[in-house]
Amino acid sequence: MLKKRIIPCLDVDNGRVVKGVNFIDLVDAGDPVEQAIIYNAEGADELCFLDITASSDNRDTLLEVVKKTAENCFIPLTVGGGVRNLDDISRLLHFGADKVSINTAAVDNIDLVAEAANKYGSSTIVIAVDAKETAENQWKVFTHGGRKETNIDVVTYCNEVAKLGAGEILLTSMDRDGTKSGFDNKLLKAVTSKVNVPVIASGGVGNLSHLLDGILEGEASALLAASIFHFGEYSIGEVKRYLADNNIPVRI
Amino acid sequence: MNLAIINFGSGNLHSVHKAFESVSSDLSNPYNIIVTNDPKEIQSADKIVLPGVGAFGDCKNAILNIEGLHASLEVSVIKNKVPFMGICVGMQLLADLSYEFGTHSGFGWIPGEVRRITSPKEYKIPHMGWNEIAFSDHKLFDNCEQGSDFYFVHSFYFQNQKNEHSIATTKYPDQITAAVCKENICGTQFHPEKSHINGKKIIHNFLEWKP
Repeated sequence: MLKKRIIPCLDVDNGRVVKGVNFIDLVDAGDPVEQAIIYNAEGADELCFLDITASSDNRDTLLEVVKKTAENCFIPLTVGGGVRNLDDISRLLHFGADKVSINTAAVDNIDLVAEAANKYGSSTIVIAVDAKETAENQWKVFTHGGRKETNIDVVTYCNEVAKLGAGEILLTSMDRDGTKSGFDNKLLKAVTSKVNVPVIASGGVGNLSHLLDGILEGEASALLAASIFHFGEYSIGEVKRYLADNNIPVRI
Repeated sequence: MNLAIINFGSGNLHSVHKAFESVSSDLSNPYNIIVTNDPKEIQSADKIVLPGVGAFGDCKNAILNIEGLHASLEVSVIKNKVPFMGICVGMQLLADLSYEFGTHSGFGWIPGEVRRITSPKEYKIPHMGWNEIAFSDHKLFDNCEQGSDFYFVHSFYFQNQKNEHSIATTKYPDQITAAVCKENICGTQFHPEKSHINGKKIIHNFLEWKP
C-alpha cells in the first residue's frame, strides 16, 4: 500500500533554517544541511527546502546547501522559493534537487507549468499554492510569499495546474501557517476531492492529532511540517508511530 | 572497473551519481564512476546505468539525438552483455513501445509495453511515494526484506509480455511491475537512488551482480 509521506520543511534564509509565524517574525532554527541529515536518519520520507531569501545574491548559498544535502541524503529533495523560469529549475536539479516547487511564477505565467512538466517530467514539478480564506469556504491564491492577493480561486487553479502537468500540489493555508492550530482541512478537502494529483498539506501543525486530521479529514497524500520538528517537539519517528497506531499506512 | 551513468540530460542525474558513488565507495574495489554520453566511454564501461525522468518520447529522442549513443548501448548491452540497469523511464525504455503522449518505440530489449496506470479516483496519479514490493529470487534483492518500501513516482507502467521478466511488483491498487530482468539487463520502476537504505541495497547488489 502506498504510504502517507511525512515531509519536514526547512525554510532557508541566507543559508540558515528559519521559521516564521504567518510568514513573518523569523526565528533562527539551525544549519539546514545538519538538520536534513538528522531528518533523513530519523526516517523522513522526503525533504523540502523553501528559499525565503529575498536577495538574489544569496541564491548561491542555497545551491551549496542543496548540493551538500543531496550528497548526504538519499531521499527525495524538493526545493522551492524564487523559481522564475526553466533556467532556475535546471540549476536546482543540477545541484541535486529531485523536485522543484514553483509558486508566484506559475501564477504570473501559467504556461510555465506545462513547459516545465514537458521538459523535466511531471514528477519533478511541484506547484506550491498559498491559499487564504476570503469568504466562507472560498479560498484565493496569494503570491509573492503571501503578500499579494490575486482573484484566482484555489480549487480552480489547482485543477488547472494538474491538467497542465504538475506532479503534485503543495497547499499551504496562510490562515494557519505558524499558528499551530491544525491544517485547514476544509481547504484541503476542497482540493483533494477535486484534483487528481497528490496534495501535500502545509501550514498549521501543532500536535500529532493535527497530522492525523490532515489525512482523515483533509485526505492529503503527504504532510509537511516545520516547527514541530525543528524545535524538537516531536521526532519523525514519534509522528510515524502515532499515525501507524491510528491505522495510517506509513513507512517505518 | 568503470561504471557509466548515461547523461542524456535527465534531471535526476546528480542524485543517481551521488547515490552510486556513495555505495561504491564502501566496496573493497570501488568503481570509477563516470557520467557520460561519449560512445567510446560507454563501450569501455563494465557496467551501465540509464537514469530517466520525464516523458518516454522525450527521453528516447534525447538519446537518439546524441550521435552514436544508442548504437554504443546496443553494442555494449546486447552484443557484449555488459550488465545494465535502467531506472524509472530508463527502465521503461527497455520495452517495445510506450503509449505516453502518442505511440513511441522503445529499445525492444525486454518484450512488453508501457501503459498508463488506470486506477479508481481515490488513487492519485502519479503513483508517488513509498510503496512496498514483492520480489522473486534475484541477486538484485539480496539482503532485502519482502514488503520493504521503495520510492516510486510514475504515471505509466511496464506491462511485461513474459511473466518471467518481471522480478518485482507493487500494488496501486492493481499489480504493477516494480523491477524487470532479462539476462544482463535489469531495471527498476522505483528510484533506488531515492529509496534510502533499501535503495542502497539494490545499488550495492547491482554493483556486485555478475549475470
